[in-house]
Amino acid sequence: MSGGAGFWGVARAVAWRSTHNFVTNPALVLPAMIFPLFFFGAFAGGLSNIDSSPGFDYPNGYTAFEFGFVLMQASAFGGVFTGFGIARDFESGFGRRLMLAAPNRLGILGGYVISSLIRALMVMTLLFAIGLLAGMDVSSNLPELVTLIGLALFLNFAIGMWAAGIALRFRSIQAGPLMQTPVFLILFLTPVYVPRELLSSWVQDVARFNPVTPVIEASRSLIAGSHDGLLLAFACVGALVLLFGISAVTGMRDAEASG
Amino acid sequence: MTGQLDSIYEVARRSFLRSMRQPAAFVPAIVFPLFLLAVNSAGLDAATGIPGFPTDSYVTFALAIPFIQGGTFTLLNSGTDLATDIETGFLNRMAMTPLGGPALLAGMLGGSMAIALIQTAFYIAIGFTVGADFAAGAAGVPMLFLLSLVICFAFSCVGVFTALRVGTGEAMQSMFPVFFVFLFFSSMAMPRDLIEQDWFRTVATINPLSYLIEGIRSLYVVGFDWEALGLAFGVSAILIAVFLSLAAASLRTTLVRT
Amino acid sequence: MSESASEWAIEVEGLTQKFRKGPLAVDGIDLHVERGEIYGFLGPNGAGKSTTVLMLTTLLPPTGGVARVGGFDIAREGGRVRSVIGAALQEAALDAHLTAREHMRLQTALQGVPKPERRARGDELIERVGLAEAADRKVGGYSGGMKRRLDLALALVHGPEILFLDEPTTGLDPQSRSSLWEEVERLADDEGMTVFLTTQYLEEADRLADRVGIIDRGKIVAEGTPAMLKAEVGEPSVSARAADPSDRGRLVEVLGRFGSASGPEDEDAAWVRLDPGCGGLVEVVRALDAEGLQVADLQLHEPTLDDVFLEKTGRKLEGAGEEQGDESGEFEAVSA
Repeated sequence: MSGGAGFWGVARAVAWRSTHNFVTNPALVLPAMIFPLFFFGAFAGGLSNIDSSPGFDYPNGYTAFEFGFVLMQASAFGGVFTGFGIARDFESGFGRRLMLAAPNRLGILGGYVISSLIRALMVMTLLFAIGLLAGMDVSSNLPELVTLIGLALFLNFAIGMWAAGIALRFRSIQAGPLMQTPVFLILFLTPVYVPRELLSSWVQDVARFNPVTPVIEASRSLIAGSHDGLLLAFACVGALVLLFGISAVTGMRDAEASG
Repeated sequence: MTGQLDSIYEVARRSFLRSMRQPAAFVPAIVFPLFLLAVNSAGLDAATGIPGFPTDSYVTFALAIPFIQGGTFTLLNSGTDLATDIETGFLNRMAMTPLGGPALLAGMLGGSMAIALIQTAFYIAIGFTVGADFAAGAAGVPMLFLLSLVICFAFSCVGVFTALRVGTGEAMQSMFPVFFVFLFFSSMAMPRDLIEQDWFRTVATINPLSYLIEGIRSLYVVGFDWEALGLAFGVSAILIAVFLSLAAASLRTTLVRT
Repeated sequence: MSESASEWAIEVEGLTQKFRKGPLAVDGIDLHVERGEIYGFLGPNGAGKSTTVLMLTTLLPPTGGVARVGGFDIAREGGRVRSVIGAALQEAALDAHLTAREHMRLQTALQGVPKPERRARGDELIERVGLAEAADRKVGGYSGGMKRRLDLALALVHGPEILFLDEPTTGLDPQSRSSLWEEVERLADDEGMTVFLTTQYLEEADRLADRVGIIDRGKIVAEGTPAMLKAEVGEPSVSARAADPSDRGRLVEVLGRFGSASGPEDEDAAWVRLDPGCGGLVEVVRALDAEGLQVADLQLHEPTLDDVFLEKTGRKLEGAGEEQGDESGEFEAVSA
């Protein structure tokens, strides 16, 4: 079997199994679906009056403003959940079985990533439906919408690589906080509630250098039908993919070396 | 009587020591609320420009939240500790001693209160450190301590009752998001009368956590607002009455000793 | 000392536990334990041992029958029963975040040991169970044997008259098991303590118990001293396996001349309990030889408590629990 065929064969099998597990297990599917909705409801519902504060100039209203954040947050946490799945599989010994059976071990990683993207698409579909039902004002055309979804999936891929790197090194669900907490911190150190220029001094400084800030801002731009900061957003996520991708691949080598 | 008090003290001491020796349970209770305070007060400072916002300092407005979040951690930790005692049989060990159920409950809640006292002192110190206003002045500090402890006591009663119902530490921990939902769908981030969405305002109005937050917030923002304080103490008293009774009844069932 | 003048440390009549939607976990058992004796309660997993202990230690109200422990009724005088008993239940119930000394401090306070005596009492017991060096270490780092020893020490802080030990050596290595046995023997011999010990290990019951009660499916199927029970079973058994499996019928017929068929269901081997005066193994060998039967395996079995169990239930003790489900699981299902 060629290396390429091996990769896709393994990836398909692992992706199927992982997606099947997700959709048939309420304990996995419910938190993944409900948490983004919860944040969307809490932020867009509870804080909508903020758009009347001086200097808040987002044209599509507060619901759409928060949707941009929640969409990216859901995508990022989808990547974290993928790490949880890998850790659980290795803890239970299933990961070792995969390592023994797979002709191409990077295909295992590929399978988890594909499954993560599928799951993210499911969550995003639900979020879009709820957002539109909540009266969200979307000005984007079809290519902009596709770009928005592409950006979210790209972020999911990057964070999935981050979580996979940790999961493959620790091979235990005990490493869950290590996967989750930095993602939580980095997301909440972006302009979550108001545009960056309305943040108070220190968070504004942190947000300026936070690589996820351009992603959140680009998602809001796309919803408003503009392309501001789009290249920077993709470049930032691309850098994260490169960095965390290396971490995930070396993590896989680490898992291989440990037997 | 002295013997019972002595036993209650020892159970409380054990509960306190045990919590302090689990940094993984204790440290997030301090750090996580402070992180959210920092992020929210920096991110939402613009909200103070909304007409009718009660203060020009969002950090002053938001300082009530760590007290309630700390209370939520008290709830989870006291519940998880008790659930673990049920799982490991430690509760049976205590049940075989002459200690009565109410004394056992008092000891466990006493330990939680000691932790709550530390948390409260810490949050008050943080408030002064970040230069938040404290409208109630020096006389308000004891009131803040009292209200915070009463709230934590109410939360501990909820935690103990929940632990007795769910019976395992893991199930107790999985309740965390439920309490988080209560917190986020309250008047945590915005005064109730400034919440624009009707549905959210209705949810926040029927959410008891709103009144607890508003009671503590009133001491920072208004001073002695007896209506807000009365509602906070009243809601806490109702929670205590309901959940302490339920916890005592559940404990009798769990300690099915003759 | 108990105020009761009863000669029995434990008296049980018709004790029953019926769980909701479950079987009779304990089905009307009767037993009597003398003061100062070690009573071994032997049975497979799920037989009703732990449920009985939970009832006798007042942690589970019985659904029928009466029992007096230390002269006190377990259903009506729970507090007085608890004042005269100590118990180390199936799981060593310890707090991983406390040290042994802190456990002692808590337990002595809860048991009402006068304050000035607590420290000395705790130290003495820690020393006695060999944990002095580890006394200030958190229990989470203890081995299984150390936890069991601490559990035992905690059960002794108030100087109980009667000690309940529920499978105290399950999961322990041979060395830890042996040291726990020695301590139990010392408590009975030197301090005159009554010990009610449940176990699924024949060797443990044989070694420690003055008398043994065998429980199966909630009923006591035999009771007496180990020697008496084994004598009741009578003569040794012989098991044989034919070299050619098709000869098994003839093998059974030949062995049947020397006693009654016995032993576990086995497609290959034949078992017989030898009748008194049948001539023993030598005569069996001669008969097999005379019939020209080739045997692959021939063994003489002296009676053991397992034979007693086999005699009374038709099953070997080992593995019997697997048919009966998990007892603690049943209890959890009810209390949940």
